[in-house]
Amino acid sequence: MTKVLTNRFHLKGRACDIDVYKETGGYQALPKALKEFQPDQVIEEVKKSALRGRGGAGFPTGMKWGFVPKESKRPKYVVCNADESEPGTGKDRDLMRYDPHQMIEGMIIAGYALGSNTSYIYIRGEYWYIKEILEKAIAQAYERGYLGKNILGSGFDHDMYVHPGAGAYICGEETALLESLEGKRGHPRLKPPFPAVVGLYGGPTVVNNVETLAVVPHIIMNGGEWYKALGTEKSGGTKLFTVSGHVNNPGNFEVPMGYPLMSLINNECGGITGGRKLKAVIPGGSSVPILNAEECEKVNMDYESVAAAGSMLGSGGVIVMDETADIFESTMNITHFYKHESCGWCTPCREGTRWLYKVFERMKRYEGRPGDVELLYDLADKILGKSFCALGDAAAMPVQSAIKKFREDFERRIKHNLVQIGKAAD
Amino acid sequence: MFTQANETKLDELITHYPVKRSAVLPALYIAQEEHGYVTDDDVKYIAQRLDMRVNEVEEVVTFYTMYSRKPVGQYKLQVCRTLSCALLGAEKIAEHIEHKLDIGIGETTKDGKFTLMEVECLGYCDLAPCLQVNFDYHEKVTTEDVDGLIEGLK
Repeated sequence: MTKVLTNRFHLKGRACDIDVYKETGGYQALPKALKEFQPDQVIEEVKKSALRGRGGAGFPTGMKWGFVPKESKRPKYVVCNADESEPGTGKDRDLMRYDPHQMIEGMIIAGYALGSNTSYIYIRGEYWYIKEILEKAIAQAYERGYLGKNILGSGFDHDMYVHPGAGAYICGEETALLESLEGKRGHPRLKPPFPAVVGLYGGPTVVNNVETLAVVPHIIMNGGEWYKALGTEKSGGTKLFTVSGHVNNPGNFEVPMGYPLMSLINNECGGITGGRKLKAVIPGGSSVPILNAEECEKVNMDYESVAAAGSMLGSGGVIVMDETADIFESTMNITHFYKHESCGWCTPCREGTRWLYKVFERMKRYEGRPGDVELLYDLADKILGKSFCALGDAAAMPVQSAIKKFREDFERRIKHNLVQIGKAAD
Repeated sequence: MFTQANETKLDELITHYPVKRSAVLPALYIAQEEHGYVTDDDVKYIAQRLDMRVNEVEEVVTFYTMYSRKPVGQYKLQVCRTLSCALLGAEKIAEHIEHKLDIGIGETTKDGKFTLMEVECLGYCDLAPCLQVNFDYHEKVTTEDVDGLIEGLK
């Protein structure tokens, strides 16, 4: 299987050094882009690659770049979303700590393509040691003339800074991220206007995920068609998946788009812990609908196939649960997360996540009332599609899908039912 | 207000942005590093340095979970409680620390050394369960690891 982004992972961080990065093929794409490509041609190449945003939304990257106006009175910005906070996801962490220059090179090329002279890496505050790795890498890139004024004699200037977040999941939402970068609370902005037109400090801004930007040098070196051909027709390239939970060998794995989920679990991850039976998988980070074992058997890991199975590829955070898992408990855990991370800006999300959690709390004590399962479903429905940003949907979808597919785990929490089936509450 | 080294650091940070206010999150980290938490004086001082109103700084501090407006222990033991860690026994890790240090979640030991916190996803899902001590990550932690770690910090 062709690997694109993880070829330096086995160096366990030695590629943080610019010389090692260069010896292993790094900083060839940037000179090539500057010399052989007009900015528009870079965008065209990215469009050809069928690369889609790897942060979760899966929006076509080339199209996003194409929305940035050519002429702008205000400065344009490239922002790398390194706020990786989607439960189940730890891939950007390894992309940055094992191969920071790959992403930095991608960002500089993005800056060139978009006519932007400044970029920011917004990294979650908890990744402080990775922030330091990035700062060192950026300093090296300046020393070698890959950043700063007149990069490699091309006349193109670009500056890059790292900016720490401070523990707020919502700042992974691109407009909340921009608010946070401007020194405010991370409340999402109303769209439109989209950041590509009015973004950071009012200037046209492209916000891309770490993995998305890390792909860019490879597209320049090998061509958009090459990258696309690694994956499926509509989901180009390879993808990093973080597999966690009940597997023997959890970790980050790069596989081609369209790779079967069960192969990922059985081959890359060495199967389910203790040889137990698979119960459920959350395929794309905690915010996406859960899949039952039967659905897992059939699904391939690309945007279209996972959507056809009724879930989403999301960030690629694959959380595996075996037969010992209680889907009521796991869904309650996720609901706690969204309740905690709701920014409080809009009512359906702020109140809805709290109400959901209250019902979960009494059901956890096996004191659920008849109708509580329906109540949970209905509460989720009152959030779904009615919140200011996608966090509301992220809170609602796991609850609804879990009830649909694992209703028995919820029903046994209803007091009345317990008496009927003669089980003692724990 | 900050040490000279940190003043220099803040001056440099401000140059990263077209508006001073953007430096508020990094500035708050500096304050927290110096004083252990963000003090009232820090809030006022940062407001003055970054041309912000005091309440604008205050609303930022209270929004983000990594800042504290009250004194906390020298070592923040932050146990991830989110799903991947929970599936692999995060709750046991938290309970073990509770018993070992005789404190509840959110509490600080009498000597001011340790504060136990439950936090949401730390991005170490594949290395679960995860414990972060201040900024240091500890992966695949067991109760024995926790014992060794705490003894080492005492």
